[in-house]
Amino acid sequence: MKITVRLFAFFREGRFIEEQLEYPDRTTVAGVINDLGIDINAVGVTMISSRHCPLDAELRDGDQLGIFPMIGGG
Amino acid sequence: MSDKIFRVNMTTLTTCVEEVPANWAGHGGRGLTSTIVTAEVPPTCHPLGPNNKLIIAPGLLSGTPAANSGRLSFGGKSPLTGTIKESNAGGTAAQLMARCGCKALILEGRPAGNTWYSLAVSPKGVTINVETELIGKGNFEVVSTVTGRIAKKHALISIGQTGEMRMAAANISVKDSEGHLRSAGRGGLGAVMGSKRVKFITIDPQDGKVAIADPEKFKAANKIFTKALTSHPISQGLGQYGTNVLVNIINEAGGLPTKNFTAGQFAGHDKISGETMYDRIMERGGKPKHGCHPGCVIQCSQIYNDLKGQYKTSGFEYESIWAMGADCCVDNLDHIAEADSLMDDLGLDSIETSVAMGVAMEGGLLEFGDGEGILRILKEEVAKGTGLGRIIGGGAGLVGKTFGVARVPVVKNQAIPAYDPRAIKGIGITYATSTMGADHTMGYAIATNILKVGGSVDPLAKEGQVELSRNLQIATAAIDSTGMCLFIAFAALDDATCLPALIDLINARFGINLTGDDVVNLGKYILKTERAFNEAAGFTRTDDRLPEFFEYEPLAPHNMVWDFTGEEIDSFWDF
Ligand code: SF4
Repeated sequence: MKITVRLFAFFREGRFIEEQLEYPDRTTVAGVINDLGIDINAVGVTMISSRHCPLDAELRDGDQLGIFPMIGGG
Repeated sequence: MSDKIFRVNMTTLTTCVEEVPANWAGHGGRGLTSTIVTAEVPPTCHPLGPNNKLIIAPGLLSGTPAANSGRLSFGGKSPLTGTIKESNAGGTAAQLMARCGCKALILEGRPAGNTWYSLAVSPKGVTINVETELIGKGNFEVVSTVTGRIAKKHALISIGQTGEMRMAAANISVKDSEGHLRSAGRGGLGAVMGSKRVKFITIDPQDGKVAIADPEKFKAANKIFTKALTSHPISQGLGQYGTNVLVNIINEAGGLPTKNFTAGQFAGHDKISGETMYDRIMERGGKPKHGCHPGCVIQCSQIYNDLKGQYKTSGFEYESIWAMGADCCVDNLDHIAEADSLMDDLGLDSIETSVAMGVAMEGGLLEFGDGEGILRILKEEVAKGTGLGRIIGGGAGLVGKTFGVARVPVVKNQAIPAYDPRAIKGIGITYATSTMGADHTMGYAIATNILKVGGSVDPLAKEGQVELSRNLQIATAAIDSTGMCLFIAFAALDDATCLPALIDLINARFGINLTGDDVVNLGKYILKTERAFNEAAGFTRTDDRLPEFFEYEPLAPHNMVWDFTGEEIDSFWDF
């Protein structure tokens, strides 16, 4: 299945901003994070199609996955 | 040195130094400004009349070595909202005022003639001087001229031309350690200072120091507190990307108000994001990390240079960038930086003014996205105080009325900032119930709704939001009394050592024994005091409501409306 992955803040360094990637069915959010070599402990927020999701959420074809480190402001 | 109240009467042009009344002694920052406003300002007075007062108070810990303790509170009755107002800023003034032994400066009355004045604060008290040279000048010229006049280290508080013209979006600026500006932005207190004909205030602590009752305990607590701040990952992100790191996450969550609050996502989001800003700062030799006062260990501020590598602006914050950016559909970060610099110089709240521009765009004044047009209006209309300029400087509500626009994002006439309450419902409760009008900093529900700090509440659901906003608003009111920058809250929400260390700092400073419960009670007292002022000024629960359009215009991408009932909102005050 095709997943659009969007990375933010320092997760972009040495990787990409947005890419369409191919994954086997039932890949989880954590699976993508590990595949990209991102330290899962540094992940603050993940969203599938603009909704927050848990790390064990299974992705579906066409999903847009956003991966953020812990960030804040205001 | 024991702390005193410094009082300046601008009607009689006299000053005095008074003992601190017993029931003010435990207060600082917002708790003190709101206590004094409630005690001394008639709630029904005209905000620009002789009976309003401008209160300036450092926080309880300002002037000590405590990390991030340099916020200065400004209070009075707001010309924008008609409510009580507290707005705070960084810079060096809080620390130096505290070192003068000044617990609060009360500015009252109003001179009869057309003469302008400046004030000089020192440990001996305040002197009033006639000012001519800097009248009609912007904040930058005030900073450079006053720095030339006073060779030694001093702090400076000033208003720009818009404060002199008493525009309701006028702010008060405070010089930072490098001669740049930080602003007490919201609510038009710059107009109150202008109504009293005070252009600027200098502060010279001479050899004044803040006494600490138990220095050993203080040192130990500060070590724990500083470590909690610096080790939190969010503090680290703030240092790299500044608060503007939020553009992309709020956009991704569908809550980035775009095109005068008609969409929740902005196509140009990445062009104005913290990530892009960081790259540009590095390319142009700026500084991504910068503190607004000595002692800040988080350093969310930055130095942003223009294309030629020349200094353009600092303290370039998410809310300002969102407002001039997504809300006005401007995706050119350099135009936004130029506007930010102009607004700093003119002394304008960048949230109120930019949201006002968005409403004016909807009213047909400019096309959405016309960054050049915005710059022209700031320079040729607002700076000169033309009719149109004064309407823009009067805030989003006034612009909406003038241009016949129904979609006017204000609560109690104060512009709603950078988070759409339809997609992030917790912040909507804060906007509705805050004693200050719409203000995200009063109860930052974004932390829990979006950033997942201090727990997790679904941003699109109503459950838990009222309670969340209540707890946050109570805690914030207490933090705003300490002189602490609000960004300590991320560490405070996540790290169990942070808040006890903060309370220990206060106890060691004053030789007292506050508990966590005392701090919560302080927050509750402040909110209730402020609300009582507003009620006496004529506000009722029906003012605690969001603009109607949020109820009938669904917001893409989630297609949600604002659906809290009045009763549900009012339950906020059940404490
Ligand atoms: S974190 Fe930012 S706002 Fe807070 S004190 Fe530091 S520079 Fe100022």
